[in-house]
Amino acid sequence: MELTGAEIFVRSLEAEGVEFIFGYPGGAVLHIYDALYKQDKMKHILVRHEQAATHAADGYARSCGKPGVVLVTSGPGATNAVTGIATAYMDSIPMVVFTGQVPTHLIGNDAFQEADNIGITRPCVKHNFLVKDVRDLAKTIKKAFYVATTGRPGPVVVDIPKDITANKAEFSYPDKIDMRSYNPVQIGHTGQIKRAVKLMQTARRPILYTGGGVILGDASAALTELAKIMNFPVTNTLMGLGAYPATDSQFVGMLGMHGTYEANMAMHHCDVLFAIGARFDDRVTGHIEKFCPNATIVHVDIDPASISKNVKVDVPIVGCVDNVLKAMLHEIKGNDVHSNAVALKEWWQQIDEWRSKDCLKYERDSEAIKPQFVLETLYKLTEGDAFITSDVGQHQMWAAQFYKFDKPRRWINSGGLGTMGFGLPAAMGVQFAHPDATVACVTGEGSIQMCIQELSTCTQYSLPVKIINLNNGYLGMVRQWQEFFYQKRYAMSYMESLPDFVKLAESYGHVGMKITHPGDVEGALMEMLKLKNRLVFMDFITDKTENVYPMIPAGGGQNEMILV
Amino acid sequence: MENEAGALSRVAGLFSARGYNIESLTVAPTEDPSLSRMTLVTRGTDEIIEQITKQLNKLIDVVKLMDMTDGPHIEREMMLVKVHAEGERRNELKRLADIFRGRIIDVTDQNYTIELTGAGDKLDAFLQALDRGVIIEVVRSGVSGISRGERSLKL
Repeated sequence: MELTGAEIFVRSLEAEGVEFIFGYPGGAVLHIYDALYKQDKMKHILVRHEQAATHAADGYARSCGKPGVVLVTSGPGATNAVTGIATAYMDSIPMVVFTGQVPTHLIGNDAFQEADNIGITRPCVKHNFLVKDVRDLAKTIKKAFYVATTGRPGPVVVDIPKDITANKAEFSYPDKIDMRSYNPVQIGHTGQIKRAVKLMQTARRPILYTGGGVILGDASAALTELAKIMNFPVTNTLMGLGAYPATDSQFVGMLGMHGTYEANMAMHHCDVLFAIGARFDDRVTGHIEKFCPNATIVHVDIDPASISKNVKVDVPIVGCVDNVLKAMLHEIKGNDVHSNAVALKEWWQQIDEWRSKDCLKYERDSEAIKPQFVLETLYKLTEGDAFITSDVGQHQMWAAQFYKFDKPRRWINSGGLGTMGFGLPAAMGVQFAHPDATVACVTGEGSIQMCIQELSTCTQYSLPVKIINLNNGYLGMVRQWQEFFYQKRYAMSYMESLPDFVKLAESYGHVGMKITHPGDVEGALMEMLKLKNRLVFMDFITDKTENVYPMIPAGGGQNEMILV
Repeated sequence: MENEAGALSRVAGLFSARGYNIESLTVAPTEDPSLSRMTLVTRGTDEIIEQITKQLNKLIDVVKLMDMTDGPHIEREMMLVKVHAEGERRNELKRLADIFRGRIIDVTDQNYTIELTGAGDKLDAFLQALDRGVIIEVVRSGVSGISRGERSLKL
């Protein structure tokens, strides 16, 4: 039987096992919305802005590993989604975004709500497709999900002209798809794996530097086992937090610009660097010429283009991180490989000495609420088991430093693109994936206002997200840079005319609390957690001029940190 | 590459987004209509060429990629030059075209159009050999490349 394109769309998504579609209707996608109305297998979540649809789908994907699905209309619907697509692209998040397009015969005509979605999204997608014939629709959707979820994951855009959704074709959804030009590598090179294991055996000052690839590749268990067997220190990137349990004694904290002293010093002084699912981002390396000056570098990554992109690698291993780590473990166990216990003892002594600097210390008897204290208390009260999303800025760094993630997929933040406005919609996506879990969005008064309209979506779907607003009245990270590097000329970093967040939350039907004294922090957070089924907006009025430490200033080496 | 709309702009977009330089680019469908063949000339250190190769391979429309400069290969460019050809000059230009194995493919009483094929430096040399002021118009195709001997780029 022939189906319309809109019906084919719905059936294809059902075949992919899609649970949620995050979207916003409009002219070009009305046929699709009509077809969605007539089915009950998938739930469509109506956001208040298309950017939020992409962030919500992204948060969903990061927290549960399944691809996020977005549906927006042509023109402004698609352009509004671009920030969220670029966010997912930078962090390699599997996502399929369907954009409406004007009817085929109007393409290129400057038609109403027309935009060149393929052209606009090309630099920030893994791939994109324009569907020009309804008979190609099912196959294209299959390809989109396949490309988005395999290899190095990423967002894929499918642009569907309106007439395609009305035209009819026979429907059959392919079981598998073969693309001659796309064959992601799975298994690492055996010889290279042996070389890497040899280096594990001989290394005197090794470190495992592990990133988001370990989380995306579900390789936390293998990583943890490897680190334990070899007794190597582990540092996670911002994207990798939770890949290795933060409460474990071998964890030396996050590395990079706002990483711990011990992590950065261990990186700088290591003799063998094992980079696993990490991409040597400039926020990690600092000044590239000063990066790990004495290290032999092993790099495991699924994307060959990530290897030797920024830093020349000695032992490149292309493959799925989990497969490669398991192959290493096999090699280690099979040949009874041991690390150099004597050298490691010395290395750990050195690391412990760096640790004793206590680089994350802050003033504990301050009159003002210290943001670090809020996060420490949140960590304590949620027993480290909440899903934490964040926006971008100082609060993001404090959350990364003070909430100790023991499990993967619990820390949801825009690491690569650094997108303010990400936190709240991402928390919605996480809450849909984990309806019974505590989901907290750590944010600031700047970031939260970039997608604050989503408080309305949270009302519509009764999403009990907990918003931890660290309100210092400043765009804090901008202010910190201006204090350090622009002689305290605070250009446009002061946020005047803030709303009353409590009343604002209440106007959407949520609970709001304003906390101004350190002594009230713990009690307020306990009260918040008791309100299990309500969105609670916690407006913490924090120390206005607190800075994030340690800090590697731009152009500095990893051993050139500014400490508190 | 897949012979699909947009494949060329993916390649061009990659080069501009990552700050690489395209010196020349030639593309046309092959005997298999589902495939196009592109010859792209770029310049860079070994590290940059390695990165360009990897990034191009990552494009889903790129089916197979070969660095021609890894082995012996032939490069050819085609050039059409329209020149002023009056009086004394007509014979001189004919002789020069012959020396460079060019062909005169269009003639009026005012000018010649000369077709010339070869490696880029030969084409440059021909232009150098022409008197200043004689050239009306030059069009060059960009490089097409093929490897010598048994090595070949095919599926």
